Amino acid sequence: MDLANILIQLLNSVQYGLLLFLLAAGLTLIFGIMGVVNLAHGSFYMLGAYLAYSLTNTWGNLALAVVVGTLISVTIGWLLEKLLFKHFYHRSHLDQVLLTFGLIYLFEELRSMLWGDDVHSVAVPAVLDWSIHLTDTLSYPAYRLFMLVVCSALALGLWLLISQTKLGMKIRAGAFNSDMAQAMGVNIVRLHSLVFAMGVALATLGGMLIAPLSSVYPYMGSQVLIMCFVVVVIGGIGSVRGALIAALLVGLVDTFGKVLLPQFASMLVYVLMALVLLLKPEGLFKQ
Amino acid sequence: MASRRQLLTSTAAIVGAASSGLWVPAQAQNAKLRVGLMLPYTGTYTQLGVSIDNGFRMALQEAGGKVGGREVEFFKVDDESEPSKGVENANKLVQRDKVDVLIGTVHSGVQMGIHKVARETGVLNIIPNAGMHAATRALCAPNVFRTSFSNGQTTQALGKVMVDKGHKKAVWITWKYAAGDEAGEGFKEGYTAAGGTIVKELGLPFPNVEFQALLTEIASIKPDAVACFFSGGGASKFIRDYAAAGLAGKIPLYGSGFLTEGLLDDELAPSAQGIMTTLHYSASLQTKRNDTFRLAYAKTYKMQPDVYAVQGYDAGLLLLQGAGAVGGDLSNKKALYAAMEGAVIDSPRGKWTMSKAHNPVQDMYLRVVKGKENVVMGVAAKALSDSGVGCKLG
Repeated sequence: MDLANILIQLLNSVQYGLLLFLLAAGLTLIFGIMGVVNLAHGSFYMLGAYLAYSLTNTWGNLALAVVVGTLISVTIGWLLEKLLFKHFYHRSHLDQVLLTFGLIYLFEELRSMLWGDDVHSVAVPAVLDWSIHLTDTLSYPAYRLFMLVVCSALALGLWLLISQTKLGMKIRAGAFNSDMAQAMGVNIVRLHSLVFAMGVALATLGGMLIAPLSSVYPYMGSQVLIMCFVVVVIGGIGSVRGALIAALLVGLVDTFGKVLLPQFASMLVYVLMALVLLLKPEGLFKQ
Repeated sequence: MASRRQLLTSTAAIVGAASSGLWVPAQAQNAKLRVGLMLPYTGTYTQLGVSIDNGFRMALQEAGGKVGGREVEFFKVDDESEPSKGVENANKLVQRDKVDVLIGTVHSGVQMGIHKVARETGVLNIIPNAGMHAATRALCAPNVFRTSFSNGQTTQALGKVMVDKGHKKAVWITWKYAAGDEAGEGFKEGYTAAGGTIVKELGLPFPNVEFQALLTEIASIKPDAVACFFSGGGASKFIRDYAAAGLAGKIPLYGSGFLTEGLLDDELAPSAQGIMTTLHYSASLQTKRNDTFRLAYAKTYKMQPDVYAVQGYDAGLLLLQGAGAVGGDLSNKKALYAAMEGAVIDSPRGKWTMSKAHNPVQDMYLRVVKGKENVVMGVAAKALSDSGVGCKLG
């Protein structure tokens, strides 16, 4: 493998890692602050992809679809929090797992009724439908670079929000000790709704952004969910910074593993997780 | 008054005679033939299940709705493509519904469950899709027949085509799971026999679709061609990524026909132009048999038939031939199996016969993507038979 190739593969790793981060960040936030294991997180990702498919077909504009799609999904997330999740914050994890596992099926059935079981694809927006020539055989799609930029910006924005703003302070306080935060005057109920909606928004945004690269297909969420859990476990449950580092690490191991050790590729990420659990049972950055 | 008593006793006598078993053989001949359909009616493979169901029923309808002179009663079970429920679902049909024949299924994992039940109970099983090798190789059984393909069969035909075009060094890429591995086996067999060399085998876990790293690797290896096995949503993503990475047009892409089957819509078609695949059928096959089939199917179901509909249709034809030979008495197993083994199926894909291991001996077509169609360029392999290694039948 020559230097140029290693660099391209590094780019691939970072791009995949940042996308994983976008999805895992919501999961880890919801778990860290509300203590809810949300198995339906992958369903929001799928919802995002299907919304992107429907809305771009209607309007022929992905940007508009992303904005409207995010609004729709945040509304759905907000309603679910009010009607369902709120009542499960203090229940056992088993109850939460049962609830959210049921939601996966509910979402899949709804998807089947609304969109059917076919595979769909979403066109790459015309402005980004070109490639950069890297070597004589390989080009890098501009849309992938665009994703890289958007995901980096979102990661940076999330970091600024959590570490630099008053809202971020409340979120951190709520994660650390929600009873104490409430006693100090933080409106925990509203905070919970907000964080939940934010988590849902990140997952659907991930789904919408990846739709033109990926195909849109049934059960696409379940596959991503497993990877998200690996990232959350490695990073330390509830830690956004941990999720970022872990996502990049998983991206790196997955990308180079596939190329250098193809026969073990499917295992490597889980070996990494097992190693981390062995050496640091709480994950790399337990809050 | 006496007449009522007489009536009661005579009725009792008749009921007694009926239940004593004397009438049973006569009843079996007149009773409806119980046909079990175990297919995915929900989940990812719904469309495949529906196509097979449609095709199968159409074959029976065209024959007047009777099989071997007997009326047919259908029993349906949705297998959900869920391997863990395979045995349970097959038993529902065999033990509870007492079906005479079980048609199923699509998913190879579920097929393992059906296969177990078929071998234990001896029920006649016709496989309309699942290509797992074991069913017609090491674990083949006299009562199990397949009307589709074996996983290695569709990729085996690629080898000669590629070498003939001067592509002697190829990269093989697939999902690391049973069907992918078996397709890989078939490709290796055909390609090396034709004089080609596989320079690298790439794989990723099923159904992972993050291909970017592997495409970068392909670009750095610069093989003469790439051969692959993917299907459904993953296939469509692979085709798009291959084009987006700038590989399309520079390194030719070949694959098992499932790579492009049923996926060529407005979005995908531009990325898929020129991809060559081998399969036992193509919608664009220009034969009279195929035309009549497609027309009749479109009229009946208001949609276009796909390769799965053909496989289901052929399952129907095979059952009709077998049952016809024994006058509808499916318990006459020896004669039934002999008739099915010797059957020549006049299929929309072209005439085919049964191998000793009960897998189709069939032509593999070379198809190229032009517009939104898989256009047939010719026959890639004539009367291709699965090796049937390890099967002791025949």
